Amino acid sequence: MKKTSNRQVWFNIAVIAAAYVLVTILLKGNLLNRQYTSLLVPIAVNIMLAVSLNLVTGFLGELTLGHAGFMSIGAYTGALISLNLGKTEVLPAPAAFALALLCGGLMAAVFGFLIGVPVLRLRGDYLAIVTLAFGEIIKSVINSMEITNGARGLSKIPLYSNYTNYTVVFFLMVLTVLAVTNLMKSRDGRAIMAIRDNDIAAESIGIKISHFKVKAFVIAAFFAGVAGVIYAHNVGLLKPGTFDYNKSIEILVIVVLGGMGSIRGSIIAAIILTVLPELLRGTDNLRMLLYAIVLIAMMIFNNSKIKEGLMMNRTFRKLGRKEA
Amino acid sequence: MALLEVKNLGISFGGLKAVDEFNITIEEGQLYGLIGPNGAGKTTVFNLLTGVYRPTLGTITLDGKNLVGKGPAEICKCGVARTFQNIRLFGKMTVLDNVKTALHNQVKYSEAVCFFHGPVYKKKEQEMTDMAMDVLKVFGLDGYGETLASNLPYGQQRKLEIARALATNPKLLLLDEPAAGMNPNETAELMDTIRLIREKYHITILLIEHDMKLVAGICEYLTVLNFGTELASGTPAEVLNDPKVITAYLGE
Repeated sequence: MKKTSNRQVWFNIAVIAAAYVLVTILLKGNLLNRQYTSLLVPIAVNIMLAVSLNLVTGFLGELTLGHAGFMSIGAYTGALISLNLGKTEVLPAPAAFALALLCGGLMAAVFGFLIGVPVLRLRGDYLAIVTLAFGEIIKSVINSMEITNGARGLSKIPLYSNYTNYTVVFFLMVLTVLAVTNLMKSRDGRAIMAIRDNDIAAESIGIKISHFKVKAFVIAAFFAGVAGVIYAHNVGLLKPGTFDYNKSIEILVIVVLGGMGSIRGSIIAAIILTVLPELLRGTDNLRMLLYAIVLIAMMIFNNSKIKEGLMMNRTFRKLGRKEA
Repeated sequence: MALLEVKNLGISFGGLKAVDEFNITIEEGQLYGLIGPNGAGKTTVFNLLTGVYRPTLGTITLDGKNLVGKGPAEICKCGVARTFQNIRLFGKMTVLDNVKTALHNQVKYSEAVCFFHGPVYKKKEQEMTDMAMDVLKVFGLDGYGETLASNLPYGQQRKLEIARALATNPKLLLLDEPAAGMNPNETAELMDTIRLIREKYHITILLIEHDMKLVAGICEYLTVLNFGTELASGTPAEVLNDPKVITAYLGE
């Protein structure tokens, strides 16, 4: 058993390294046109958002529809910090960006806590609706505040995390995925999954339910905030309208498509669903229609016998290897 | 001093007194049976003891410590573990992880270790795996470590639930109909297992059961509950021959 886990670790390292090399070759060799180059950072951002939402929806088993709210809190906090620091030039760019990332994540986490404590007493549909409302409230507040420049939004945000700095973005993405993966294989992760599977039994073996629910919520909010900061420093301008419930649903679709509680699935789905709309750009008017059809087809495939068969094959191969 | 002392315990839901003036004293190491017809309030007593419900009246003391007003998680930490009448496992987790989850309050490490695994993680996780495997071995489940709990056959699921409860290192183990749905062979096997864990872990057991053979076979002391109140208490021989008990079960 120990050997398999070691093999798994090396396999993961190899995949990460290969992905990095691939991105480097694509960029340095000018193999991508501008359109696809501009997708690299959004892919990473969507992976981070999906993986963090999966923590709450897939592993804790609570449906939330306000993930874009946390993203926007992170994005605005980070952007405001870089804008104000940029004027004074007290800090070099990498330090300013690091500070923006940290503060953006922490601010989102604080809001995650403030909202999580009262809200996580609710369950199922009720929680979903309240988080949906929360996302909209955040949007409205940002829309009406002076410091965020209201509906006009923030612009001229320094581009610390656009594709030229892809190493930093790649590193942050890997860090997020690793942190969540590790968490789920640990004591706290087991407690979170136990609550999902049976909260009454979890409580009966000494797990404090509210503590771990809030914890999962706060951690997910933190990483969504960090993803927001990267988003802000990639696009360079922020508008409150970007972070409406459509964005939250978009992230949820990635999680559902990739499979609840599957981090690998979230990553693959995030890549596909970020690239797909661009691929379909050529079809012009039919674009959204085709996007929807592809989504439906993928959902059907996900629950089909064909996929089950493929997975079975893999399991048998694994078993065979173990016995050999 | 008795391990568990329950005095005048009562709870009402609206106007209905589900449990009323219930008394029980369990000595350390005892195997105590709680029986009664359907709807007598047996499971309600378990829910009161484990903090799922808060009693409207009465006191519960374990080892001299008051349990009334504490939540289920806290009561578990005080040393009470339970199983459920309708099995409640963590279905999408492996058998091994089910038991490791129950070691939550015994083997601890910090949040930082949860995020960034290191030598501490390896050591503690190994410790947990070893402890969990020890418990699983007692129930003959050590070969199923990587199986999903929901894929286990019914009888094994019942056993896994007991194993998970035992992993919390309780002083008092509450078993709610452990033999429900089992065939005579499985029941006999279960009786042996219950005897075994009692000796091996030196714990006190309170069990609810309908299977009279199992109750008479292993319990040293019985309390019969009917309509939320105590009908009779004593050794199995005394209780099962009590005319009041026979009437309650079979009618006039």
